[in-house]
Amino acid sequence: MTATAVGRSGRIRREKSVLPGFGITLGITIAWLTLIILIPLAGLFLKTATLSFDHFLTIITSTRVLNALKISFGIAFLAALTNIVLGSVVVWALTRYEFPGRRVFDAIVDIPFALPTAVAGIALTALYAENGWLGGLLAQLGIKVAYTPLGIYVALVFIGLPFVVRTVQPVLQDLDGELEEAASSLGASRFQVILRVVVPTLLPALLTGFALAFARAVGEYGSVIFIAGNLPNVSEVAPLLIVIRLEEFRYADATAIAVIMLVASFVLLLIINRLQAWSEAHRRP
Amino acid sequence: MSVADATFLPADARAEAKPAPAPRPVNTEPAAVRYALIGLAVAFLSLFIVLPLVTVFAQALSRGWDVYLAALHETDALHAVYLTLVAAAISLVLNVVFGLCAAWAIAKFEFPGKSVLISFIDLPFSVSPVVAGLVFVLMFGAQGLFGSWFIDNDIKIIFALPGIVLATVFVTFPFVARELIPLMQEQGTAEEEAAISLGAPGFLTFLKVTLPNIKWALLYGVLLSNARAMGEFGAVSVVSGHIRGETNTMPLHIEILYNEYQFAASFAVASLLALLALVTLVLKTVLEHRLAKDHKA
Repeated sequence: MTATAVGRSGRIRREKSVLPGFGITLGITIAWLTLIILIPLAGLFLKTATLSFDHFLTIITSTRVLNALKISFGIAFLAALTNIVLGSVVVWALTRYEFPGRRVFDAIVDIPFALPTAVAGIALTALYAENGWLGGLLAQLGIKVAYTPLGIYVALVFIGLPFVVRTVQPVLQDLDGELEEAASSLGASRFQVILRVVVPTLLPALLTGFALAFARAVGEYGSVIFIAGNLPNVSEVAPLLIVIRLEEFRYADATAIAVIMLVASFVLLLIINRLQAWSEAHRRP
Repeated sequence: MSVADATFLPADARAEAKPAPAPRPVNTEPAAVRYALIGLAVAFLSLFIVLPLVTVFAQALSRGWDVYLAALHETDALHAVYLTLVAAAISLVLNVVFGLCAAWAIAKFEFPGKSVLISFIDLPFSVSPVVAGLVFVLMFGAQGLFGSWFIDNDIKIIFALPGIVLATVFVTFPFVARELIPLMQEQGTAEEEAAISLGAPGFLTFLKVTLPNIKWALLYGVLLSNARAMGEFGAVSVVSGHIRGETNTMPLHIEILYNEYQFAASFAVASLLALLALVTLVLKTVLEHRLAKDHKA
């Protein structure tokens, strides 16, 4: 019972906790993490290491692989950029203005999170195919979306939107209205206030949202493959090429592409962590 | 607080609330800009988010209720539903146990390497689903690192339920832990320490003190984890082998029907998952209100 006094003053907790279960819970956590995540991911690198470096290079510099990577990364970048712009408009309208149905629209922002990717994929395809509701209209304007790279873009904008909105929204909600009023009362125009006060405050969150949407879009498979048309070198994304190589039992090829994707996602995760730390620091000066 | 609250009131109401009326509402844009932005946001959300959702149900019912119901009653469809439920249930139990352990260790104790551990838990969020499936094929597949041992002992992992569960657990790994860790960190350890010092056993303390404090966050994590588990496509697709009536989950069944041009049937099965998504969203909104209270308390 001597530990009681020590325990109650929470400050000393760091040195010796009276709470039980540290060893076993940390043990289970690390064991499960190692088994499910770390060993399988390490296995991917191990498998890659069995390839000769020349073989690896030949695979990843082949035209089809390079094009697939270019399509995945390039369109994901454009989609994330679109999400930043339109996502900001959505966040602004949802947090700053009152309009009928605001709460409903706020809730539906999460639909791309909740809707399974395969369902989103076939729905977008049906919608944008030439006999679909939107596809028919766009066809009259001479725009073809389904079965083209534009279709991939539409799918990636769809799945990336909630990442931007849900990252930026809390920051805009916390933004102190007095700052803006102070700037206005000192003579700044509304445009200057937005540019000099609002945007700098939101910037870390915007970048984090961009990185999250981009990371998700780069690896996206389910919502893309139905609408993409999957023409090699034109509308074939990297994850699909991994699946194709796997079905052809060309494991070396599948592994090499997967390693590139995995390293890219590690780098993105690192950037996202940095951005989030910056964003947090920014929010609580 | 009052300033922050006031920001969200309409400018007129704020002016009224203040003793000295503001000369003019400085904090908003001209009406034209306001309507343009609202219009743009509503149009974008309607076109990009609502319309695809409506399409699912419209397509599912495009050939009438009979075709719709028949598509759901078909043996392969029923088996896909069954397999999806089983795989999700197993994954959820595993995620809850892991999530609680991870959150307890990370939130209630200090130890070196904690932030690295949290980053590792987040890892599956940024890995492509296809890569998540592939790593298990490379481990347990016929040509995999451990594949021959499992084949010799007649244990099927890839193209069978264990592989589907592994892939599902991988992609849903962070959900529960990610919800619990910040809340439990905020809540600190004082209540548990009081219980322990009064002589309560550790596990009882967890059940009676910690669990009531985190139950909404736990449910929230389970909800998100479940939505992802039942809907996972890429990772499961790689490990399942698409054996009809055996290793097809609902998303995979949707794909097969779609590729066979059975659009109405495909969308019928898809409508079940879309309904699940809608129910998830409603519950999520409800839980978020509860959670906001927990975080303030």
